[in-house]
Amino acid sequence: MTVLCLVELDGTDLDGTEPADASLRALTLARTLGDPALGAVVFGDSGGVPAAALAGYGVTDVYVIEPAALEGYAPQAWGRVLAGLAAETGATAVLAAGTDRGHEVLAHVGAITGLPMAANCTVVTPDGGRTHRIVRHRWAGLLLEDAVMEAPVALFTVATDAVAPVPVGVSAETPAAIKVHVHKPELAEADLVVRAAESAGRTGGVSLATARVVVGGGRGVGGPDGFAPLEELAGLLGGVVGVSRVVTSEGWRPHRQQVGQTGTKITPELYLACGISGAIQHIAGCAGARHIIAINTDPGAPILAHADYAIIGDLHQVIPALVAALRAR
Amino acid sequence: MQVLVCVKRVPTVGGKIAVTPDGQDVDSRMSGFSISPHEECAVEEAVQLTERMGGTVSVLTLGPEAAIEQLRGALALGAGRAVLLETDGREFGPIATASAIAAEVRAHGYELVLLGHEAADTGDYQVGIRLAHELGWPVATGIKNLSVTDGGLVARREYRGGQEAYELPLPAVITVKEGINLPRYPSLPGRLRAKRAAVERSAPAWTPKGDEGLRKETLRVPATARHQAAVLGTGADAVPELVRVLDELGILS
Repeated sequence: MTVLCLVELDGTDLDGTEPADASLRALTLARTLGDPALGAVVFGDSGGVPAAALAGYGVTDVYVIEPAALEGYAPQAWGRVLAGLAAETGATAVLAAGTDRGHEVLAHVGAITGLPMAANCTVVTPDGGRTHRIVRHRWAGLLLEDAVMEAPVALFTVATDAVAPVPVGVSAETPAAIKVHVHKPELAEADLVVRAAESAGRTGGVSLATARVVVGGGRGVGGPDGFAPLEELAGLLGGVVGVSRVVTSEGWRPHRQQVGQTGTKITPELYLACGISGAIQHIAGCAGARHIIAINTDPGAPILAHADYAIIGDLHQVIPALVAALRAR
Repeated sequence: MQVLVCVKRVPTVGGKIAVTPDGQDVDSRMSGFSISPHEECAVEEAVQLTERMGGTVSVLTLGPEAAIEQLRGALALGAGRAVLLETDGREFGPIATASAIAAEVRAHGYELVLLGHEAADTGDYQVGIRLAHELGWPVATGIKNLSVTDGGLVARREYRGGQEAYELPLPAVITVKEGINLPRYPSLPGRLRAKRAAVERSAPAWTPKGDEGLRKETLRVPATARHQAAVLGTGADAVPELVRVLDELGILS
C-alpha cells in the first residue's frame, strides 16, 4: 500500500531541479493520509532528483520517469504513467498539487481509470476500506464542500493556497531511507499527440503564484499609466505587481497579472492591496496570503474585512512616501 | 468551422456568497445568474473563429429550463444555434456531464469543442478532459491563445511566468481561460435576434448513475480567521507606522 504524489520540479529554468512549492504543499497533505509509504512521482532525469528535499517532506520512495521514454510535458502520457504506477504499487490514493498541470494530469488519470477525481482538497481523511472523507474548495475557495469519496483509488488535487508546506521533523540531510525507482514506461503514440511543443522561459524574476510579496493595484490606480510606483515598490520589496479583475478587463494591464478566481491564486507572505475594494472574486485569489495590508480611500471597503492592517488614504500619496522611506533606510 | 461551446448557468456572486439552510446549494434568491468569465471568453473565441473562417457556433448547456437565459446570452453574442440538455435541476457530476455532452457531439459534426477551464461553482477541472477521452480527441486546457493552422490548432498557455504551446490536430477539445480575448458586449440587433431564436431542447442522452463515487454532503462558508483591519493611520502620515509593521512582519529583512 502506498500513496503516490506527482511532484513538479521548479528552479531557475523551466526544467528545474527543486520540488515546486505547490508540490511541497501537496506532500504535506499526503502525509496526513497516514500511509507508511509515500511515493513521489518525478518526471525527469534520475541524476537530478531532489531526494534530500523530498525526504524532508516525508517521501519514502521516488519514482523517476526518465525522459528517454518521454520528452517534455505530455499531459495524457503523464496521466497514463500515473495510472499504471498506481496499479503496480497498489496505491490507495494518487494526488497532485492544484496547479494547471496537477489538475490536468489527475483529470487524465480519472478519465483513464473511470474513477472520480476531487479537485482542490484541503482535508482528506481515510475512513475505512475504500472511503475517504474530503473537504474541498468550491467557488475557488469561497465555499467549502464536505464530501465522501468511495473509490478503490482516491484521486485528488490539493488546494495549494489552503495547505502550508510543512517539512517533517527529521533532518533533511538524512535521506538514507529514501528508495529511488527508475521507470522507462512504454507509451502509446496516442498519449503523446498533445505535448508542450515549445516553452518560452519566464520573463525574468519571480512569478506571481510563488512571489513572497505581491503589491496589488485596483481601480484606484486610475489608469494604465499609474502602475510605475507600484512596480518600483514591488521591486524594493523583492516582489511583483498583481492586479484586480477590473484592471485587466479595462486592458490597463495584461491578464497574467490578475489575482482572483479567474486569474492567479497567490500565497505570499505579504499582500499589499492598493486601491482595491475587495470584490469576492478577488478575495478568492488573495485569501492564501499570510498577511494582507490595504491602502484605500474608503474606510468601508470590503477589503478591510480581510486585511490585517489598513491605511486610509490615497495610494498616489502613500506609495511614493513609502518608496522614499524604504530608500532612506 | 463547426464549433460547439459548452456553458453552465451559475449564480452571479458579487459581494458575498451564502448557502441555503439545508447546506445543499448556493443561496441564489438575491442574485442573478450568469456563465463564468472563462465561458464568456469561450463564446467570444468561437464567434471570432467563425467570423474569420466561416462556419457556425453552437452553444450548449446542461441544466434546468431556466438556463435558456444563458443560451440566449450567447446567441446575442453571435452564436447561431442553441441546445439545452434539460435536467430537473439535479447536479450532474463531471463524468455524467462529459458523457451527456459527448452524445451531442457524436450526433453532430463538430470540429472543435470549447469549454471554460473550470466551472465557476463546482470547480471540478475535468469535464473537458473526460469529454476528450470519451470522444478519443486530443485536448489542451487552460488556453489563453488559440490559432488555427493547416489542419490543426496551436494552443498556448501560461506556465511558471512563461508560456508553453501545444499543437493539436482537429477535431479537438480546448478549455479556455479568461484573458484569451476581451468579450464584446451584445449588440441590440444581436439581442433581438437572440430573443426570437429557437432553442433546441432534449433530455440528456446520458443520465447519472448514482453519485459517481464522490458524494456531496454539505456546503459551508469557511470560518474566516481574519478580523476588521487595524487602521495604521491616514494618508502619507501613516508611512512610518507602515514601515514599522513591515519590519515586524519580517518583510524588510
